[in-house]
Amino acid sequence: MRNAFADEITKLGQSDPRVVVLSGDIGNKLFDKFKDAQDDRFYNCGVAEQNMTGVAAGLAMNGFRPFTYTITPFVTTRCLEQIRTDAAYHQVPATVVSVGAGLAYAGLGPTHHACEDISFLRSIPNMNVICPGDAWEVRAALRAILQQDNPTYLRMGKKNEPKIHDDVPSNFVIGKALVISGGKDVTLLSTGNMLPEAIEAAEQLAQQGVSAEVVSFHTVKPLDADYLTNAFNSFQKIVTIEEHSLIGGFGSAVAEWAVDNGADARKMIRVGTPDAFFKKSGEQEYAREQLGLTGHQIAGRVKAALDRA
Amino acid sequence: MSVVEALEYDVGALKDQAAQLRGRIIEMCHASKSAHLGSSLSCVDVLTAAYWHVLNVDPSRPQDPDRDRFILSKGHAAMALYATLAARGYFPEEELKTYNQDGGRLAEHPPANLLPGVEAATGSLGHGLPIGIGCAMAGRMQGKNYRVFALLSDGENNEGSVWEAAMFAAAQKLDRLCVVVDYNKWQATGRSNETLELSPLREKWAAFGWDAHEVDGHDVGQLASLMSEIPNGSGKPVAFIAHTVKGKGVSFMEDDNNWHYRAPTAEEVELAHKELGLK
Repeated sequence: MRNAFADEITKLGQSDPRVVVLSGDIGNKLFDKFKDAQDDRFYNCGVAEQNMTGVAAGLAMNGFRPFTYTITPFVTTRCLEQIRTDAAYHQVPATVVSVGAGLAYAGLGPTHHACEDISFLRSIPNMNVICPGDAWEVRAALRAILQQDNPTYLRMGKKNEPKIHDDVPSNFVIGKALVISGGKDVTLLSTGNMLPEAIEAAEQLAQQGVSAEVVSFHTVKPLDADYLTNAFNSFQKIVTIEEHSLIGGFGSAVAEWAVDNGADARKMIRVGTPDAFFKKSGEQEYAREQLGLTGHQIAGRVKAALDRA
Repeated sequence: MSVVEALEYDVGALKDQAAQLRGRIIEMCHASKSAHLGSSLSCVDVLTAAYWHVLNVDPSRPQDPDRDRFILSKGHAAMALYATLAARGYFPEEELKTYNQDGGRLAEHPPANLLPGVEAATGSLGHGLPIGIGCAMAGRMQGKNYRVFALLSDGENNEGSVWEAAMFAAAQKLDRLCVVVDYNKWQATGRSNETLELSPLREKWAAFGWDAHEVDGHDVGQLASLMSEIPNGSGKPVAFIAHTVKGKGVSFMEDDNNWHYRAPTAEEVELAHKELGLK
């Protein structure tokens, strides 16, 4: 996702003079092409994320489309008040782009884990919260972001993640879920970089005779109410899947929606990280396995729930 | 008329204007029983110099892309900003009576996207300067000549974001950016230099790469002159460390930090107005 972001923002920057990239001293060489093409619209803001975010708001107040970029905790929670007050309260089109969301940088330790950011960001008025499912969705999201005027949080995984789409999905719309493959028994709603695990889960469920729909629910805010309305009417189980805390994240958002809209929340299965820091060393794959986030573990939970019903 | 005479004439008018604003602010505080009177009175002369002499602004076109920007980063001095903007014609002076009343536009800290002339919603300290930097960079990229002024409190200099911003602005050589620190030596609950060691404040800003000067924050003529010179040829962002007195203009409020939270009684309003030479 990371490299797709750098490449796409470079292309968009060439045609859209409003695009400005603000980096929190990260992405060595990542933005060289952007700088070559438009040196006056790239700024390394240093290890100073509060200032970077306030600067972005000031730029956005004056006609620019700034993108702040660094590792997830630093570009979200470190400067949360600047996102809230400077960008969101003023309702300016600044975009916060995070890399390494969830446990993508598990090996770097808990300072670099980010399993709370969706919760914080989606509670802020005016914010879009977008978690693309693969590199192609990152590109689609960037294009869509430039077509609207609200502050946005774009939550990315890392580089070299599996690609799900073959090209930029032409039907990508902020706030509209993307059905990756249809199904009839359960629906697996994945947000962000858990999409490959959801696909794996669907394949395993298919082997056990369960037809699972797979959805890239890339926009956590605003939620796709139309899809949810149909899903709660059509499926036996609604499974939310995220590399994020079960407190306040995507699953919480869907549960809130279900309660507020009279949908049967008992149909829900929420897959996410527990209310605990993940303290062991190890890479993302190991962390997912430990926390029950892998495709086969998800499939197991869903099958067991169906068997109990 | 010589230049000196013109300036002297201006200074007299500016002083009168500042007294009027102080009177209005004291009335607002009395009517609303709100806090931050002392903080509002200490920065009146800076606001007066800015809005009646320095800033290239047209109150009838508050969104003019070429306007100078003035950001009240010490948003708790909102009364001073509101009184200033109303007197300059951004909105009717009558609206000042709605300050801090239910359903109005004039909250205790300046709102976003609601009131003409308010460039940024402030009140959480340490936000105005980074936003101002963004404004200044935008102007530079667009080839515009506008300037950006940010008024900070001394307590605000406690915030790390101020120093992040200071270093970034210096690295960016934003010479159309000017900070004025309202150095009234008090923060909410104590002497500012006993809370965090601000001193030597001018040297700190200079060390962070700014063209930094100490000025008398109540010498409205000097403020008007110095602020008008931005960009001043230094090639750096400019910081004026403005020595001020909290509660300036009313003897029984000056340098008494009780007036950070206290509101004056009707009798005190009358006394204050007399001291200010009003009515």
